[in-house]
Amino acid sequence: MRTLFVPLVAVTAAMFVYSPIYIANVPYESTMLLVQKIFYYHFPTWIAGAVAVLLCGAASAWYLFKGSAVADRVAVASAELGVVFGAFGLVSGTLWGRKAWGTWWAGDARTSMALVAELIFFGYLLVRRYGGPGSEKLAAAMGIFGAATAPFIYKSVDWWRTIHPKTSVMGSLTATEGGTIMWGAVMYCTVTFMLLLVVVLQARVRLEELRARVDQLYLSLED
Amino acid sequence: MLRRLATTFTALLFATASALAQSPAGQDGFVPASSLPPGQEIPAAPLLIGSYATFLLLMMFYLWTIWRRIGRVEKELHELQRRQGAAGR
Amino acid sequence: MFARVALLVLKKDVAIELRSYEIISTTVFFAAACVTIFSFAFARDDEAMKFSAAGILWIAVAFSGTLALSRTFERERYGETLKALLMAPAPRPAIYLGKLLGVIALLLATEVLVVPMVALLFHSPLFERPWLFVGLLVTGTVGYAAVGTLFAAMLVRARTRDVMLPILLYPITIPVIIAGVEGTTALLQSPIDDAMATLWLALLAFFDVVFITLSLWMFEPLMTE
Repeated sequence: MRTLFVPLVAVTAAMFVYSPIYIANVPYESTMLLVQKIFYYHFPTWIAGAVAVLLCGAASAWYLFKGSAVADRVAVASAELGVVFGAFGLVSGTLWGRKAWGTWWAGDARTSMALVAELIFFGYLLVRRYGGPGSEKLAAAMGIFGAATAPFIYKSVDWWRTIHPKTSVMGSLTATEGGTIMWGAVMYCTVTFMLLLVVVLQARVRLEELRARVDQLYLSLED
Repeated sequence: MLRRLATTFTALLFATASALAQSPAGQDGFVPASSLPPGQEIPAAPLLIGSYATFLLLMMFYLWTIWRRIGRVEKELHELQRRQGAAGR
Repeated sequence: MFARVALLVLKKDVAIELRSYEIISTTVFFAAACVTIFSFAFARDDEAMKFSAAGILWIAVAFSGTLALSRTFERERYGETLKALLMAPAPRPAIYLGKLLGVIALLLATEVLVVPMVALLFHSPLFERPWLFVGLLVTGTVGYAAVGTLFAAMLVRARTRDVMLPILLYPITIPVIIAGVEGTTALLQSPIDDAMATLWLALLAFFDVVFITLSLWMFEPLMTE
């Protein structure tokens, strides 16, 4: 995996550089026009954020039941990434809502639930940072509960009376005029964001590995 | 040195982002047709550019923090390894 | 075996509580004080007050719930009794279930006083649909207590337990509180929105199942040192 790191960084960077050009060439969506172009980063961010959150839950469970130190490192790294992606998802969502719904914060079901998830994983990081000894297990439990709320966020728009687009919006996209081109752009950006997730996750896990080695060295020096 | 470079870079980014955000807002080409009276229409371009600029800044900042943290830990690691080598001799 | 252990733990907690009434009296007092403060803090407009009742009821439950949780486990910590309980040759999930039942009983007892108080102070017709309302209250309390019991039990060993309990508990239980508030608001509407309240009740029941399953599953590895 480590030998792949540099080529992956190069590919991700290249795809990111090209993405604004790709997005600029996609035709306007017929009702929202220009502001709809936020979608090409908004949607992939939440996909990457959701993957990070679910990964954190799975890694936390793995750590809790198998005691694997690697899983613990992956859990911290993915929780932090989930918070970063979530922060951008919330910002781009509010900016889009300002135009599409006429208000910065509409209090709609999915935005509220997304904020809750962001809070959960921010709390996770707080527990890791300030929880003292034994906080890894506490945080792991929190990660599992946090991942359990992710499906609620995804489905919330279908259940509640709300203004956020439904989950079916992706399927109906290809049916409209110019839809296939838009769909292609969305997929391109999603792939780009997933690559970014993989690359940054690797770097972040490496940081945790280094920290563990430093701790070990301190222990061996004390003996 | 590094910190100064990073600050300059961030400042530059901010400057270009705000410049970009202002220039299309001045033109009226992007105002979409809608039921709202023209005076109350919210311009889309600053929101769009603000969104993409936020992403760029946020990612740059986050990657920079990771890079800085790795650098710091690596320094500590080398220091410890040196001390361990000295103690072993 | 499983159910018997859970009931024994519950019986033990009830017996201790009935000797002093310490936790129940302080929790009820705290909840009542909360509701009184809110009744002064909100506008005296009758229509607005009617709707704020839903939020205030659930905030009072959540806040007093934290107090009850930390007091319950503080008691276990004094005599290191939780450690002893965990050493007993009994299935650990059963111990969790027993503690959970105790916390639920405590919270429901608090609500017996707080709900009429909210209805009185905020002129809220909370009991127009008694079964739906009680259903919302019970499922919401169970969901909140399920997560709370797990985290409070884990925090018995932690040095920073007073700070950590709200940090862990509130974000995770916000969905439960939201569902409770929305469901109760639907009941306060005129005409009453039965379909909406039932939907939120179903969602709360779903949360309960998810939270209790996860907690039972995680209690064992979380409580081993």
